[in-house]
Amino acid sequence: MTLAASVLKGNRLALARLLTLVENNTDEGRSALNELFPHTGKAHLIGITGAPGTGKSSLVNQLALHLRNNPDTPDGNSNQPDEDPWVAIVAVDPSSPFTGGAILGDRVRMRDLSGDPGIFIRSMASRGSLGGLASTTSGLVQAMDAAGFNVIMIETVGAGQAEVDIARLAHTTLVVEAPGLGDDIQAIKAGILEIADVLVINKADRPGVDATERALNSMLQLAHPVPRIFQHHGSFEYVGWEADAELNELPWTPPIHKTVAIEGQGIEELVQAIRAHYQYLHETGSWKERECARLQAELDGLLQETLVSRWRSRVPETEYRRVLAEIVARDISPWQAVNILLDGGAA
Amino acid sequence: MSETRIRVLVAKPGLDGHDRGAKVVARALRDAGMEVIYTGLRQTAEMISESALQEDVDAVGLSILSGAHMVLVPRVLELMKLNGQENVKVFVGGIIPDEDVPRLLEMGVTAIYGPGTSTEDIVLEIRQAVHGK
Repeated sequence: MTLAASVLKGNRLALARLLTLVENNTDEGRSALNELFPHTGKAHLIGITGAPGTGKSSLVNQLALHLRNNPDTPDGNSNQPDEDPWVAIVAVDPSSPFTGGAILGDRVRMRDLSGDPGIFIRSMASRGSLGGLASTTSGLVQAMDAAGFNVIMIETVGAGQAEVDIARLAHTTLVVEAPGLGDDIQAIKAGILEIADVLVINKADRPGVDATERALNSMLQLAHPVPRIFQHHGSFEYVGWEADAELNELPWTPPIHKTVAIEGQGIEELVQAIRAHYQYLHETGSWKERECARLQAELDGLLQETLVSRWRSRVPETEYRRVLAEIVARDISPWQAVNILLDGGAA
Repeated sequence: MSETRIRVLVAKPGLDGHDRGAKVVARALRDAGMEVIYTGLRQTAEMISESALQEDVDAVGLSILSGAHMVLVPRVLELMKLNGQENVKVFVGGIIPDEDVPRLLEMGVTAIYGPGTSTEDIVLEIRQAVHGK
């Protein structure tokens, strides 16, 4: 039996092996993913991001517990998540920029989830990627999707302001804040807060929670209600109301939820908000558009990566080094160097 | 473009709460370029074998200072074997009486590290054990 076939049969060791092969960018991993890709596209991908120490892992732990213990009651709507949802978790922690090593510690907060065969947790190191995920995270998610997990939670590295890759991968993005991390000016800056489909103030038993809620609320009130649909080359492309006419829906306003993850407070309401966003995506047709945008982002990323590596394998190292030396000597500019390397001519 | 890194699970089975040694080793392995999955305190053999499976690790490091190693280690080895992970190298660190060392090695433990072991030796031996398999 091929590795892909074993994964489809629900063999957990095969899935774990496949995740390693994909993470290591091997040909074997890629061909298995090719075989599995037709089986993907069913899972609800939930991204969880936020600053280090805001409680992302604890929140993931509670969300997974809640989803497993309180399955959604189906009301005949085929868009509803599964009755007995299988939950997979991909938790990304940073790699050292010096040694490439990493401590992956997200499982420490997820001990409540062990022993449940409907849950699969995989830790991964960012391996040099800067956007909050690793370059192969989407491949891991595809493998889990094909393996039959209905909900896949992706926890990013502790993110600051600009690590927004998760919004390109997930259907629903949770941005986790904690009291005392910033004022209302921080809250209107571009970046991570913009990508939130649901805002979470965790550690809501701490002082300053009201100020944080006010700051986030004022940010939402200042925001122009624009549907965020297309992303291209790393940026959102805002679509006007005309293009959106058939949707006939108000744009989604991110709700703010207060939680105390370690005590399980506010988790039920948060799960409801996630389900409401899932419903919203389906009812407005945004789901399909997000899927298209997600896959386009993936295609563009792979194209860039592959073009660069193909080109690089054709250029002799000596030629590359020679041009680099000319830049270092200030004989040519980096832009001139690019033209020389790509076209063989001067700028 | 393929990039392979040694993945090691560092776990503390049983009930003792002294995790400094486990953290020192985890940090040393990280500095040696390995990816260390750290699971924290009070893990059961079931939790450890489940984590080792999901994470598809090359090696498992168990830190035990409670004296329960002759119960915990065979249980972890047994469960890992049931999961089809008999090739994964298992290392034990902590307070292990000399007379237990040969018995643990016989059960399939790759190496045992007592107090005073240099982290360089641990890194080297894990590398050798993983690449030699």
